[in-house]
Amino acid sequence: MAVLTMAKAINDGLRAAMERDPKVLVMGEDVGKLGGVFRVTDGLQKDFGEQRVLDTPLAESGIIGTAVGLAIRGFRPVCEIQFDGFVFPGYDQIVSQLAKLHFRSQGKVPMPVVVRIPFGGGIGAVEHHSESPEALFAHVAGLKVVACSNADDAYWMIQQAIASDDPVIFFEPKRRYWDKAEVDVSATPPPLHTSRLVRPGSALTLVGYGPVLKTCLEAATAAAADGTELEVIDLRTLSPLDLDPVFDSVRRTGRLVVVAEAPSEVSVAAEVAARVQEQCFHSLEAPVLRVTGFDTPYPPSKCEEDFLPDLDRVLDAVDRSLGW
Amino acid sequence: MSVPQSWTPVTSADTAVPTHDQVVAGLKATDEGGADLVQLLTPEGERVTDPRFDRYAADIDLDTLKNLYRDMVLVRRFDREGNALQRQGQLGIWVPLLGQEAAQVGSGRALAPQDMAFPSYREHGVAWTRGVDPTDLLGIFRGTDHGTWDPIEKRFHLYTIVIGNQCLNATGYAMGQKFEGKVGDGSDAEATICYFGDGATSQGDVHEGFVWAAVYDAPVVFYCQNNQWAISEPTERQTRVPLYKRAQGYGFPGIRVDGNDVLACLAVTRWALEECRTGNGPVLVEAFTYRMDAHTTSDDPTRYRLADELELWKLKDPIERVRVNLVREHGVEQGFFDGIQAEADELAARFRQFCVDMPPPAPDRMFSKVYAEPSPTLEAQREAFLAYHASFEGA
Ligand SMILES: Cc1ncc(C[n+]2csc(CCOP(=O)(O)OP(=O)(O)O)c2C)c(N)n1
Repeated sequence: MAVLTMAKAINDGLRAAMERDPKVLVMGEDVGKLGGVFRVTDGLQKDFGEQRVLDTPLAESGIIGTAVGLAIRGFRPVCEIQFDGFVFPGYDQIVSQLAKLHFRSQGKVPMPVVVRIPFGGGIGAVEHHSESPEALFAHVAGLKVVACSNADDAYWMIQQAIASDDPVIFFEPKRRYWDKAEVDVSATPPPLHTSRLVRPGSALTLVGYGPVLKTCLEAATAAAADGTELEVIDLRTLSPLDLDPVFDSVRRTGRLVVVAEAPSEVSVAAEVAARVQEQCFHSLEAPVLRVTGFDTPYPPSKCEEDFLPDLDRVLDAVDRSLGW
Repeated sequence: MSVPQSWTPVTSADTAVPTHDQVVAGLKATDEGGADLVQLLTPEGERVTDPRFDRYAADIDLDTLKNLYRDMVLVRRFDREGNALQRQGQLGIWVPLLGQEAAQVGSGRALAPQDMAFPSYREHGVAWTRGVDPTDLLGIFRGTDHGTWDPIEKRFHLYTIVIGNQCLNATGYAMGQKFEGKVGDGSDAEATICYFGDGATSQGDVHEGFVWAAVYDAPVVFYCQNNQWAISEPTERQTRVPLYKRAQGYGFPGIRVDGNDVLACLAVTRWALEECRTGNGPVLVEAFTYRMDAHTTSDDPTRYRLADELELWKLKDPIERVRVNLVREHGVEQGFFDGIQAEADELAARFRQFCVDMPPPAPDRMFSKVYAEPSPTLEAQREAFLAYHASFEGA
């Protein structure tokens, strides 16, 4: 059992996938010699060469579009988008080609492409470096979307995403890159598109994914000190959603708070809330509440503490739900 | 998962360390701007003639040259202060322009008041020439705002961080100048200048900007500062041909200028703007220069480039060659240089003090001006947020 940062765990996962399958390529801006701005691809070009780890020209449409072509040719490209806010030049290729080719060709042209996107805020960055655009991808049929929240999951999920014959948009919570966790490389991981109950409790269900999962767990610890046991579920997969564990939980607790950094309107959190009220209407003892970013552009970083869901805001929502 | 396994990738054991050939190629590529490089002031400070561009520098008298020197020294000084402020935790990040002073001051000083400039994010020197106070740049890097100057009043757009975006915006603006009849011989003729880097030339937005500008004869100068690096990627990762040569394929002139020569940058940009104002736009200018510092304060260039390269470029420093010229050809005395240095230090002190004193944004800053017309959703969120925020007051 190794203790790894999330960045290193993803690096190890990429390495394992590249060793297993010579058709796996890593491509993106500064992923080679530099090892990526977060060092997630550190050392890969040195060990696998420039034909498997490509420092591409500076164009996201080019990165995704050529990955689509390489996939048609039988490769399994793993694209790195340097920051969340820079995926949009590639959005056309993602929506128009990557997402639809399997359907358009009726399965004759699978798209085993992974698009890794460091996402979310909390690192004091300038504009376009802190966004949470997952809903823009989860809304697109043909794409699968996941978000890891810890090193152990990240190690397995990246390999599973690469092994998937569907295109996977792989969100990495950048402010958790340096958080360490134990990674058991001999374990049998759960399937990629499953959510996971990470802390049992009876009073209320707390659902989150990516960077806020740590916040949810801290909230559960704080609530437990006051004698309130919160159940915490890590969504992990945003498309397709795996909500059965959430339904089970809400049927027991009767209360749900969904936490996410992304703005709330037309969001993943909104979808979770809608489905839970469809499936668990008679079990609910309070309305489903959301603790999210606000419906504003991501603010200047001196405001991000107020924008991001923190312990206080999560506990405030928990109190409101319990007091309903 | 069925993948053909016949493909054998080529692996090289040590791609992270530059090979001898790469070193030589890198030095050569960065040493020479090529035969077509326009230069009016050599790295040794000697004024050389250029039959084509001398007339665009003919009015540069001693005072103007001294002012260009002053601009560059002041800009470099507050740029260094930006780095220091970041190191001391006063700024989240700083994007240094070290080495690009001539490319920016020369082109910026070529602009007429009515011209419009679209920067990327490193153009502190251009901002200076547009009368944007350096302290107006601080909020971006301290995290309090996205630029506090008025882009319309200053004719200097906000910084654009998404690589290449501004090239289309600049082109559209220039189309507007043309549609409004501001292209021609009149004294009110206008042009636009658009700044971007060598890496940016790969972006679709830049390519599309070239296409649009060509099709609509837009009065826009595409001003590419080729500082040899896009973070860790050398220009060879973006292009096979010298960048200025790309213009030909789009049907407009491209020219390469010594980006460390403030006179040449001024003259060439004056020419390019004049072409645009009189209806011969667009024009591509490639200012051949060097990023002498890291990409940003978050970057570690020792991971991807050699110190030798920097040493080589230090010999071509944009400020030093003007100083030498002022002394040797104009007999300017030390007192002048000391005076500028003192002024630069004063500017840096003011810059620092302003930064340290900057108040945090108002709590509801993030809700401010998201829309031109109010959004009920957002208003409700703002009110709820303020009530929540107030609940902590005094706690
Ligand atoms: C669309 C987009 N992709 C990626 C980035 C991240 N990034 C910031 S600067 C940079 C390199 C830019 O190089 P260049 O255009 O040569 O300009 P320079 O920074 O050297 O002035 C990259 C990849 C970005 N800002 N925008």
